[in-house]
Amino acid sequence: MKIIGYISQLMIPAFILFAVLYGAFKKVRVYDSFVSGAKEGIQVIVKIFPYLLAIFIAVKAFSASGAFDIIKSALSGPFAAFGIPPEILSVAIIKPLSGSAATAIFTDIVKSTGPDSLASIISAVIIGSAETTFYVLAVYLGAVGIRKTKYLVPVCVIADIAGIIIAIAVVKLMF
Amino acid sequence: MNTIWLVLIAVSIVTAVFTGKLEDLTKAIFDGAKTAVEISLFLAGIVSLWLGITRIIEESGLIYKISHFFKPIISRLFKKIPENHPAVTSITLNILANFFGLGNAATPLGIKAMQDLQTLNEDKDNLTFEMMLFIVLNTASIQFVPFTVVGILSDFGSSNPSGIVFPTICATLISAVIAVSILFLFRRLVK
Repeated sequence: MKIIGYISQLMIPAFILFAVLYGAFKKVRVYDSFVSGAKEGIQVIVKIFPYLLAIFIAVKAFSASGAFDIIKSALSGPFAAFGIPPEILSVAIIKPLSGSAATAIFTDIVKSTGPDSLASIISAVIIGSAETTFYVLAVYLGAVGIRKTKYLVPVCVIADIAGIIIAIAVVKLMF
Repeated sequence: MNTIWLVLIAVSIVTAVFTGKLEDLTKAIFDGAKTAVEISLFLAGIVSLWLGITRIIEESGLIYKISHFFKPIISRLFKKIPENHPAVTSITLNILANFFGLGNAATPLGIKAMQDLQTLNEDKDNLTFEMMLFIVLNTASIQFVPFTVVGILSDFGSSNPSGIVFPTICATLISAVIAVSILFLFRRLVK
């Protein structure tokens, strides 16, 4: 574990060092080159910002409205029937919307049910294997400014639901 | 996205009326606007940083060498990317960064990859299949070690915090394969 952690910490500095040294070796004026590339960063962000704004307002409003609690209480019956701890519902629902909120809920679950409980383990696997889908969609679609998304969004939503079921199934089989 | 956004906003406001949480909701909307600005500022820094680094590797020609090296692997999935195109490098670096859990590098490189893929797009208003595949791979989050989660588990005294690593890798790989399959299935159905 420690070695893997060390390697991934080393990756970025090593890559930057190699990029700069190789550039200098190829007689690139690395400083000027870096600055001219970095100049485009702000324009990209200006393009992405409205998409981010739209998604964050919707997600925050949804979390604050109490709609989560309603979905949670509606689904906790069927979940209990399959022997799945109802706590993980909150993580499963919020992870595609907000990464930091999912981590906060996960910390609560670990605190209240203990780090070795089934609920903690399933939530950990969900957080590790799911992504903040709507944030990714907003950023990547915003970067190219494309509005016609064809069937991308339904694919992502179905894949998210499948991912959560798989995470639960994998933990159930292994623990 | 239009439907999802409409549903989120409408459901939130209607629910808030019934649960009496209108005040919280109003606060949350402005809070969301603030978060969007904060995230954008943060992104502005790291995106500029990575665009600077990628410009160096473009001008030194390194980007084309990396593309050439990874082309055989990437082209199995992304069929329509020509040899030595910078998109191969940005897609590869993004997947590697995701794999090692380096979110601060993954997002900027992903943005670069989308722009590189857009240069290959003939109809600039429509997503290409390659772009959709790239986004689906990113939302499937192929990650090697979920450091944050392992950290929290060990903070609270878990008996085996890294015990979740293997199930997480299994879950993430299976769901990535399923996500890509769903995308290919949809392509068939829509045609």
